[in-house]
Amino acid sequence: MAPQQKKPHACRNPDLIRGVGKYSRSKMYHKRGLWAIKAKNGGVFPKHEKKAEAAAPVEKPPKFYPADDVKKPLVNKRKARPTKLRASITPGTVLIILAGRFKGKRVVFLKQLTSGLLLVTGPFKINGVPLRRVNQSYVIATSTKVDISGVNVEKFDDKYFGKKVEKKKKKGEGEFFEAEKEEKNTLPEDKKEDQKSVDAALIKSIETVPELKSYLGARFSLKAGMKPHELVF
Amino acid sequence: MPFKRYVEIGRIALVNYGKDYGKLVVIVDVIDQNRALVDSPDMVRGQMNFKRLTLTDLKIDIKRVPNKKTLVAALEAADIKNKWDNSSWGRKLIVQKKRASLNDFDRFKIMLAKIKKAGVVRQELAKLKKETTA
Repeated sequence: MAPQQKKPHACRNPDLIRGVGKYSRSKMYHKRGLWAIKAKNGGVFPKHEKKAEAAAPVEKPPKFYPADDVKKPLVNKRKARPTKLRASITPGTVLIILAGRFKGKRVVFLKQLTSGLLLVTGPFKINGVPLRRVNQSYVIATSTKVDISGVNVEKFDDKYFGKKVEKKKKKGEGEFFEAEKEEKNTLPEDKKEDQKSVDAALIKSIETVPELKSYLGARFSLKAGMKPHELVF
Repeated sequence: MPFKRYVEIGRIALVNYGKDYGKLVVIVDVIDQNRALVDSPDMVRGQMNFKRLTLTDLKIDIKRVPNKKTLVAALEAADIKNKWDNSSWGRKLIVQKKRASLNDFDRFKIMLAKIKKAGVVRQELAKLKKETTA
């Protein structure tokens, strides 16, 4: 039961106010028990020999001194993190997209990617929105939630959505170029399969709630008399 | 056009401004020309300017400045809460509150229901029109 580290002792000399302790020097000497340590050591405070300093490696004087002082950049300890997710946005929340090609569409939130963007899907069959990334700032979170437990979104990350890197081809002229362009416009088959697999489970849980399917298929718009600051989403 | 709702001890009023907006309170005493002492089961008794109050038709039978206990008992005996909720004014307020708290999905469902109802009404109207012209 010999503890390796003793608990740090509570303060022996509490502050009366900042800068003034409760006990005087002589009282503190007594409290710290220095008299007992001295008595144990025959009247003298025990000393220990100074450790011989290891010889520091010999530093050569630099060959070159810069003419002006070089400024060192300030230290920066910030870590990159994904954007803080609003508390109202949880997996399965229905979001309203506010900008871009799909503005007004009501869409299901799947997860937040490491870049901070939100991974979202229509589902595609219901409103034409594919698996897509969307910025949190361009989104209104409604309080409607969809059950998302049957969906596996592990494999989707920012690299999945990145632009495909073109391999550099030698500059062929005319026909060569056009043939290449045509290939790129179609979606690769595996992406279509991913969309289908994600949407299958989602659509099942959407169809259990009455009218949710047509809700997701409809676009949101402000009508006369609607005041956004008074609306509850 | 004589007055019908008077400021009197026991008059129930609706607060229309301030921290207690929307609450039903009982006028328990009159302080001066402008202010009343006002009380409710869920608030500390305090003064309120008459301008912050809207008088209702309801009134309970209490003596001037009753105990909180007596006040609550009198409110229960007169069944003010239910009388208020069943009155047309009270029902309007309930509907307003419900509308303000509607979700985006709720609003969508209501829109579908309205369209459906209108469709049914229009069908019936068309039937009736046919009969009268025939």
